[in-house]
Amino acid sequence: MNYNWNWGIFWDQTPDATGTYFGSLMSGLQVTILLALCAWFIAFVMGSLIGIMRTLPARWAVFVGNAYIEMFRNIPLLVQLFIWFFVIPELLPGDLGIWIKQLRNGPFIAAMLGLGFYMSSRVAAQITAGINALPKGQRMAGTAIGLTTWQTYRYILLPLAYRIIFPPLTSEFLNTIKNTAPALTIGVLELTARARSMQEFSFQVFEAFSAAAAIYLVLSAVVTIGMRILEKRLAIPGFNEGK
Amino acid sequence: MPMITIEKVSKWYNPQFQVLKNCTTAVEKGEVVVVCGPSGSGKSTLIKTVNALEPVQQGTIMVDGLNVTTMKKDLPKLRSRVGMVFQHFELFPHLKIVENLCLGQTIVLGRSEDAAKAKAMKMLERVGLTAHAQKYPGQLSGGQQQRVAIARALVMDPICMLFDEPTSALDPEMINEVLDVMVELAKEGMTMMVVTHEMGFAKKVANRVIFMDAGEIVEDAQKDDFFGHPRSDRAQHFLSKILAH
Ligand SMILES: Nc1ncnc2c1ncn2[C@@H]1O[C@H](COP(=O)(O)OP(=O)(O)O)[C@@H](O)[C@H]1O
Ligand SMILES: [Mg+2]
Repeated sequence: MNYNWNWGIFWDQTPDATGTYFGSLMSGLQVTILLALCAWFIAFVMGSLIGIMRTLPARWAVFVGNAYIEMFRNIPLLVQLFIWFFVIPELLPGDLGIWIKQLRNGPFIAAMLGLGFYMSSRVAAQITAGINALPKGQRMAGTAIGLTTWQTYRYILLPLAYRIIFPPLTSEFLNTIKNTAPALTIGVLELTARARSMQEFSFQVFEAFSAAAAIYLVLSAVVTIGMRILEKRLAIPGFNEGK
Repeated sequence: MPMITIEKVSKWYNPQFQVLKNCTTAVEKGEVVVVCGPSGSGKSTLIKTVNALEPVQQGTIMVDGLNVTTMKKDLPKLRSRVGMVFQHFELFPHLKIVENLCLGQTIVLGRSEDAAKAKAMKMLERVGLTAHAQKYPGQLSGGQQQRVAIARALVMDPICMLFDEPTSALDPEMINEVLDVMVELAKEGMTMMVVTHEMGFAKKVANRVIFMDAGEIVEDAQKDDFFGHPRSDRAQHFLSKILAH
């Protein structure tokens, strides 16, 4: 293999002369983080709602929840991104569709929605599992002191369920970060997109992608450590501490 | 008017399985009624129908003059006035002991934090657990947890109390600390419906004993009659088995 290593490349100017390649990767990282956070917000809120619905006594709620999960979980993420970006604007009434297509942040918004809803199906499955893992008597005890169904969820079932599923939720958040990369296919300039354009302009393919890989690893490590600390702080003595 | 009236109540878990068969009984104000019978006879189900934790398909249940079987919107209010103690305590593990006692008071009864806390501490003192107010349920023994569970019901100023095998999940050495609290409650005139196999407790404080088998109330008798000469063979057989120990 005839390859010219050049680790100094990161400090070279990019062809569009807006800064160094390092700066370009960093702005990609920013987009990756922002996209992951926005998508996670959707995933967490929608996932909680759907996950709770599937534990309600009403049959229709369980049915709707199950259908939601099957739909968003079984269509490949890439296809969902394309649908949000290419198909949905076409389906909207004329002016609204055109306005959306011309939005400068269009790709980012489509990616946020696509990734958010995709991940929400996985979060929902975790929430349901967490609530169902609680002893049946907890719900009864809440009901017996006079709490309504909603209050029982709010004060008893959810605080317990979120603690139980904290570790799997952490890995779903890490998945959300990783799954930001396909957003480059609809034009979001996130970390992987920046690494690829660096490779195209500088031909330093190894440096570009090993830098991207290293940044993803560091990001995951930071999140993992942060979540561990948070988990410890939320632990309840005599319930789930020291695990 | 009795505090609790159960009239011709039938319940099915599914079309093939009838868990309660035409059950009728009543608990007068201030009365202590013990419910016993073999495992699976429907005791837990019956006691849970009283505060509508289990719905019924036939019959009527009245609590303090209110029809529980047809009630919908006001159920939470009614339930808050009916204390319930479970076999496995069911304290809320993420809340401190004092918070376990305050939750219902503030959310359901609308009491202020301070008033709820004061009441909670008073009840903890009564069950002898003041020192544990700031601990979590998982840090207490079974007997202590069950006493907290009784206190959690009492802070709501209940008009009657339901107990579902309150001592059967406890180690033997902890049974009496819980029974003592219940005996005291009974002596103060609390209306109680107690599912238990503690016949010592029944002999000491019960007014009546109900014996269930296969979803039926087979015997519903004054305490002395029940222990003296149970009418049914099934009750005799049951008594001879549990009193033999
Ligand atoms: N949710 C349920 N679904 C179906 N069967 C149930 C359910 N709960 C209890 N049962 C059945 O109903 C019968 C009575 O139960 P239970 O009231 O708990 O009896 P006991 O408290 O006297 O032991 C048992 O045969 C039990 O298996
Ligand atoms: Mg039982």
